[in-house]
Amino acid sequence: MSQTKRLQSGGRIDRSKPLTFTFNGQSLQGYEGDTLASALLANGISLVSRSFKLHRPRGIMGAGAECPNSLVQVGRGAGTIPNLRATQTELYQGLEANSVNCWPSVKFDVNAVTGLFSPLLPAGFYYKTFKWPKSWWDKVYEPRIRKAAGFGKAPTEPDPDRYDKKNRHCDVLIVGAGPAGLAAALEAGRRGARVILCDEQNEFGGSLLANRQYLDGKPGIEWAKTAVAELESLEEVTLLARTTAFGHYHHGFVSLLERVTDHMGLTSPDGRPRQRQWRVRANQVVLATGAIERPLVFCNNDRPGIMPASAVSTYINRYGVRPGQRAVVFTNNDSAYQTALDLNDHGIDVAAIVDVRPESDSVLVDRARKEEIPIYGGYAVVDTRGGQHVSGVKVMRLNGRGDGVYGEIHHLDCDLVASSGGWNPVIHLHSHPGGTMRYDESIASFVPDQAVGNTYNAGACNGNFALGGCITEGLSAGATAAAGVGFGSEDIEGEAPATGKQQESPLRPMWRVPSRKAIPRAPKQFIDVQNDQTSADVYLAVREGYRSIEHIKRYTAMGFGTDQGKLGNINGAGIAAEALGEDIAKVGTTTFRPAYTPVTMGAFAGRELGPERFHAVRKTPMHKWHVDHGALFENVGDWKRPWYYPKPGESMREALDRESYQTRHAVGVLDASTLGKIDVRGPDAAEFLNRVYTSGWKTMEVGKARYGIMLSEDGMIMDDGVSARIAEDHYHMTTTTGGAARVLGHLEEYLQTEWPELQVYLTSTTDQWAAISLAGPHARDVVAKVVSGVDLSGGAFPFMTWRDCEAAGVPARLFRISFSGELGFEINVQANYGQYVWDAVWEAGQEYGITPYGTETMHILRAEKGFIIAGQDTDGSVNPMDFGMHGLLSKKKDYIGRRSLSRPDAMREDREQFVGLVTLEDPKEIIPEGAQLVEEPNANEAPKPVPLHGYVTSSYYSSTLGHSIALAMVKRGRERMDDVLYSPQADGRVIQCRITSPVFYDPKGERQNV
Amino acid sequence: MSEAIRQESPLVERITSGRKAASPSDAGITLRERPFLGCVNLRGNPDDPDFTDAVKGVLGLALPSGPNTVADSGDITAFWLAPTEWFVRTGANAERDLIAGLEEALAGQHIATNDVTGNFTTVELSGPHARDVLEKGCTLDLHPRAFAPGQCAQTLLGHAGILIRPLADGQAFEIVVRRSFADYMFIWLEDATVEYGGMAVSD
Repeated sequence: MSQTKRLQSGGRIDRSKPLTFTFNGQSLQGYEGDTLASALLANGISLVSRSFKLHRPRGIMGAGAECPNSLVQVGRGAGTIPNLRATQTELYQGLEANSVNCWPSVKFDVNAVTGLFSPLLPAGFYYKTFKWPKSWWDKVYEPRIRKAAGFGKAPTEPDPDRYDKKNRHCDVLIVGAGPAGLAAALEAGRRGARVILCDEQNEFGGSLLANRQYLDGKPGIEWAKTAVAELESLEEVTLLARTTAFGHYHHGFVSLLERVTDHMGLTSPDGRPRQRQWRVRANQVVLATGAIERPLVFCNNDRPGIMPASAVSTYINRYGVRPGQRAVVFTNNDSAYQTALDLNDHGIDVAAIVDVRPESDSVLVDRARKEEIPIYGGYAVVDTRGGQHVSGVKVMRLNGRGDGVYGEIHHLDCDLVASSGGWNPVIHLHSHPGGTMRYDESIASFVPDQAVGNTYNAGACNGNFALGGCITEGLSAGATAAAGVGFGSEDIEGEAPATGKQQESPLRPMWRVPSRKAIPRAPKQFIDVQNDQTSADVYLAVREGYRSIEHIKRYTAMGFGTDQGKLGNINGAGIAAEALGEDIAKVGTTTFRPAYTPVTMGAFAGRELGPERFHAVRKTPMHKWHVDHGALFENVGDWKRPWYYPKPGESMREALDRESYQTRHAVGVLDASTLGKIDVRGPDAAEFLNRVYTSGWKTMEVGKARYGIMLSEDGMIMDDGVSARIAEDHYHMTTTTGGAARVLGHLEEYLQTEWPELQVYLTSTTDQWAAISLAGPHARDVVAKVVSGVDLSGGAFPFMTWRDCEAAGVPARLFRISFSGELGFEINVQANYGQYVWDAVWEAGQEYGITPYGTETMHILRAEKGFIIAGQDTDGSVNPMDFGMHGLLSKKKDYIGRRSLSRPDAMREDREQFVGLVTLEDPKEIIPEGAQLVEEPNANEAPKPVPLHGYVTSSYYSSTLGHSIALAMVKRGRERMDDVLYSPQADGRVIQCRITSPVFYDPKGERQNV
Repeated sequence: MSEAIRQESPLVERITSGRKAASPSDAGITLRERPFLGCVNLRGNPDDPDFTDAVKGVLGLALPSGPNTVADSGDITAFWLAPTEWFVRTGANAERDLIAGLEEALAGQHIATNDVTGNFTTVELSGPHARDVLEKGCTLDLHPRAFAPGQCAQTLLGHAGILIRPLADGQAFEIVVRRSFADYMFIWLEDATVEYGGMAVSD
C-alpha cells in the first residue's frame, strides 16, 4: 500500500511523476513536487526524529523553514548531508533519508529513557552538575554528553560536490515571491529596473501555493503564474527559485543561497554547482518574507500529530496530503478556521474547533458554523494523550483572565491537532543590519519599525496579513524602491487584483495555555520542541535571577536549535514576560542574526579549494623549466619558488650539499625574479630614499648599488634590499619577495600623506623583470659568454655596481651583487625573454658545471655569511642595533624609525642580539628553528620557569663548513662569544651549543670582491 | 646561442595549438590572448598642459582624465589608473620607441615612464556567459548600464589583481593581468566555465 494518505486530487504535486525514495531503509513513493515531509505524511509516516535532550518522539510539525523536528540525514558516504529539514528537502528519485538522534531506531530509542529522568534535567542542569571534578571536563563529561546529544553525522570524506559563488549588483532585490513580493517585482520590473526576486521555495507564489484565496475571481495561484510569466519576459529581472536570502548586511549587501541542483540528487548531474552563494549588492531591498504561524503552548504539545494550523492547510492544499483522520483545531484567532474548513472540505472529520475566545465573529467563523463544525468558544486544550502519536485531547473552560481552567474535562479523540496562536512576521532580514522592531498589540507580535538603509517591508512580514493589503503594500514598496533608483515616481502604476471580503475579529493573545496544575508540576508545555525547552524552564530561569531575554535564552537554550526558534521564540518571550510580570513589548526578542537558515560550509568555500585555487599562485617566467628539472617548490608570499632540485635517488641533504658545493666551487644559478622591484623616479628621488632607508643615499653615484634597511615607525626592521641608481633622478629598488606589496604601500603612504612636497613617482615593476642570479667562482666566465656591451673585469665593473648591456641579444641590466658571499651577478631582462636568456645562461654554464639552486641552498649560503633574511631572522620586534648594523644608521639625517631607536627599550643593554651558534656534542646536529636557548643544562628537570636567554632564527647543515650552523637572538649575545647555552627539546633531549660570530665563512668578504 | 631571440607569454603552457584545436565549439566563453603588446606605465601631472600636450603629441590621443576611463585610438589604448598614472598600450615591439618618444617630448618634466611589457599580458573574454563567469570572482558591477565601453577598472578576479574593460555590451571584456598571476587566472577561468560548457581558446 502506497501513499494511503494522499488525496485523490488537488495540490501542486504531479501525480503522473511518481518518485521512489527510502526512509530508514523502507522503500516509499511520492510525487514530483513533494517535499520529503509531504511524501512521508502521504505514506502515513509522521514520527521522524527524537528530540535533542530528552529523546522524545518528534513528528513532522511545520511545513517549511520553521519546522523544528523533521531533521534527517540524507544520502550516505562522502555526499551525505546531516540535519536537513524534511520540510525543505525536495523529493527526488532515489533519495535516501534516515532519522537522526535515535538508536537503534526512531520508534525504539534507547536514550528515550532520558525522558524518565526529565525532572532531574531542567534548564541549567549541565552547568550545575558537570562542574566537578575538573579533570572530568574533557575526559568524561564532554565526550559522554556529545555522544548522547547531537543530531546527524558529518561525512568524514572530502565533499565531492561543487559549490560556487557569484557577485551581482541590482537596483532592487526582493526577498520572497509571495503576493507582496510578486507585486513589488512587477511594479519595479515593469519600469525597467534591474530586479532580483528570490524565494526559498521551488515555486513562486508564497502563501498562494497553500491557500485557497481568490484574486480577480480566480484561484490566487493563477494570478501568481501570470505574474511570473510577465516577470520572466522582462530582460532585467532575475528570478531565483530555491534561493534563500540568509543574511542582510549594511549598504544593501545581501547573501543568498541558491540550491541549484539539490532537488536533482546528491551530486550535481552536470558541471553546475550543487549550491551557489549569491553576494548581492542591491541599491534597494524589498523584504516580503511573510509570516510564520506560532503554535499555542499547552501541556504535552510536542506529540507527533500536533502541528500549526497553517502547516495542516499546506499539506492539504499544496501537497494533496491528508495529515489525519480526525482533527481538533485549537486557536486564539480566525485564521485557523480556514484550516478547519480545509479539513472539512477534504473529508477529514473536525472533532472541534477549540477557541480561547468566548466569542468571535467573521466570515470564516460563519462558514465554520454553517458547516456545523462544533466550536468550543472560551475553552482550551489543557493536555493531550498518545504515545508515538497524538490520540486525543482534554478540553476545559477558560476563566475570564485566561490564566486558569475549570469545569468538566471534555475528552476528544483525534489523531491531528492544528493549533494557532497567531502569526509572527518574519523580521529576521529586517533586523540583521540593525532594523528596529515594535510590538503590535493587534497581532500580538513584533513588526518592523525603523529600517536600515533603503529597505522596505511589505505584506505579512510588515504585520499586514490580509491578501489585498499584502499586494497593495508590495506594489507600493516596488514603486518606492524603483523610484529610489530613478525609475518613475513613488506612485503605484500597476493595478491590484480584486480580493474577497476579509473581515476578521481580533485574536486573544495567549502565550501559555493554563492547565489544571501550576508550573512546574504541570505536564511539560514545550516552547522549543527541538531542544526540549518548556515554560517551566523559562520560569526556572526567571526564579534563578535572569531578567534579560538574551540571558534567559542562553540559560534555557531556547531557540538554540537548527530552527533558531522560528516557531517558539516569540512564545518564549511572552512566557518570560509573564514570569517576570512585565510587558512583552519591554521584554522584546532575542537578536536576529544571519544565517536565516543553515548554510552549507561549501557555499562559503566556493571554488577556493585546493592548491591551485585556494589562493593566488604566482609563477616566474622560468617556472616550467624548474618543474622540468625536478625542482620542489616553496611558497614565498604568493610565489612558487624552487626550493631545491633533487636528482633521482638524492635525499634533500644530498641535493643541498651538491648545490652548495657547486656554487661555492663552480657556479650556481638562481631564479631571483620574485624579488620585489620598485621604480623610483623624480627630482627628489635621492632625498626620498634618504628618508626611507637608514643609511645615506645622496652620495651614491649613478651606476652603483647599495644594500639598505627600512624601519617601521617603531624602529624595528621592516624590510631590506639592494637599490641601484639608474640616473640622477632615478633608482631601481628591490625588496624581499614577500614584502614587496607592503613596502610599496608604506612608501606610497609616506609620499601621499607625510611628504607631499617630494616630487617622486613610484611604479611597481616586479613582474617586468626576469632576474637570473649567478654565483660562484665561474660566474664571470658564464656571464662573459652571454652578455655583451660591458667590461666585466673587476676593476671596470666592481662589486655593488650595475650596467646596461645585452644578454643573448636582449636588452638587459646587469648587477654585480651577491647574497651568497661568492662572486655574483644578476641579469635582469624583460620577463617575456626570461626563459630564452635563462636557456642561454644554462647552455653557457655547462662547461663550468653550472647547477641550479633553490631557496634552501640560498638560505644556507647566506647563513654561512651571516646575512639576514627579513621576515626569517627578524620578526618585527628587532632593531638594527640588535643585528650590529650600527654602520647602516646615518647620524647626519632623519629617517623613518630613527626616533624610536633612542627609546629606552631600544637602548636596553640586555636586548637579544644576533649571533651564530654551533652545536658541541654532535657538530652535525641541526637545532630546530624556533628552539629556545637557556643557561640551565637540565632545563627539563629544573624548576619552571627556566629563564630564557634567546632563540634560534635560522638553522642548517653547512656542507662547506662540515658542521651545522645556526643564527640566533641571544640576550647580550655579542658580549658572550664562546659561552655555552642549552636548547631543551620537546622530546627531552638537550642540545648543547656555543655562541659564535654569525659570519661563519669568509669573514673578510674576499670571495665576492674578486 | 644560434637560436633566434624568443619571447614567451606567461600562458605559453596553456594556450597551445592543441588546446586551441580541442576547444569546444559550444563553449560558453572564449579566451583569446594578445601577448607581447607593448605596455608603458606613465606618470605625470594631468593639470600641467605641458605634460598633457606633449603626451598627446606623442600618442596621438589625449590621456583620459576621468577616473577609470579609457582612450583608444586603435593603435594606442590609454587606461586611467590613478590621478597621475596611466597604462598605455601599443603594438608588439613598439614600446621602446614609444618610451623614447615620450622621454624626448617630456624632457625636463617630472614624469616617469616604465616599460611594463613583460609585467602584464592581455586576454579577451567573450561569449554569452562572459559576464556570468566574471561575476564569480569579481565584485564589481559589470552590467553594461554600470560598466560600458570607455570605462575600465582595477579590481580582483579571484585572488588576482586585474585591469578590466568591457569591449562590447556585457558580451566581451579585456583583462590585463600581471604575468605572474596569468597562469592562476587561466586555471581559475577554466574552472569557472565548467558549467557553461568549458572555455574555448582562440587566436
